[in-house]
Amino acid sequence: MTDLRPPQIDPADAAAAAARFAGRAEPDVAYAVVDSPVGALVAAVTPQGLVRLAYEDFEGGVDEVLDSLAVKLSPRILEAPARLDAVRRELDEYFAGRRETFDVPIDWTLYSDFGRRVLQATAAIPFGHTATYGQMAAQAGNAKASRAAGRALGANAIPIVVPCHRVIGTSGKLTGYTGGMHRKEALLRLEGIAF
Amino acid sequence: MIPPFQRFLDDQREPVWRFLVASVGRVDADDCFQETFLAAMSAYPRLRAGSNLHAWVMTIAHRKALDHHRGRARRAIPVDAVPEVAVHDPPARDEETWERVRELPPKQRAAVLLRYAGDLSHAEVAAALDCSEEAARRSAHEGLKKLRLEMSPTP
Repeated sequence: MTDLRPPQIDPADAAAAAARFAGRAEPDVAYAVVDSPVGALVAAVTPQGLVRLAYEDFEGGVDEVLDSLAVKLSPRILEAPARLDAVRRELDEYFAGRRETFDVPIDWTLYSDFGRRVLQATAAIPFGHTATYGQMAAQAGNAKASRAAGRALGANAIPIVVPCHRVIGTSGKLTGYTGGMHRKEALLRLEGIAF
Repeated sequence: MIPPFQRFLDDQREPVWRFLVASVGRVDADDCFQETFLAAMSAYPRLRAGSNLHAWVMTIAHRKALDHHRGRARRAIPVDAVPEVAVHDPPARDEETWERVRELPPKQRAAVLLRYAGDLSHAEVAAALDCSEEAARRSAHEGLKKLRLEMSPTP
């Protein structure tokens, strides 16, 4: 015997073992890529709730979304689609016009005080209605901080479910959106909001 | 930065699977694989950025394989009591070789497995086995020599 080669393996066996592991393990963050009419979304949950919903083509792709979660939350991240079943179902119902409010719990740990209050106020804007940055700032406790409210909304890690698309400029102008203006328009149109 | 665990799992699943197939055989590889990554996930957040992830997970897999060998030794039963299991394919030549590796003395077995099935350098093997690089090299060499003697055609 002149050499000792590693045993031949079927890569599918290793992939199946890894999938069994991911299905049974309890990661700090579970994610899945979810299809939607406004494009593929990277959805991530912690045991506390939904923590991230990213437009896959707008945030540098799955890898960058996961890198950022690894730094901000925990590197114990696994792809575990079954843990995203409720999120996927509610998104499907929303896009099919059968759901106006989301019931999945939200994990707010990524935000500090003011930003969190702005986003929680945003989460309370009813389906089919809009509000202004100034109104969100006032509800968060500082009526003069509409610019800071704008920044907080720009840092919204859970678009669609925390409906920052319902926040528009005082003049009725749509201003910016994390997934691109065409998506803000698509979501407003879905909710029957004229703009 | 430590990569997200899923990426680590994607990168290491094949090397770990290959190492465990060599170490414990195909039937028991899955149990050891699950235990290896469970232990890895539990320790993962404490890893330092820039750690050698391949050598790290192989060290864990080596320990799980060792537990398996010890458990098997405790459960050892006479060969004729083993129920018959259907064998679908005759064991390939390399499978037979690795079965012989598993019968080597523990130090040689560990060094040969980590070096040739785990693809670790002698230095990494030494770190995994907590011995000197020279000792790791010698164990691997002696193990190979013993295999060569056993597998050379009988005159």
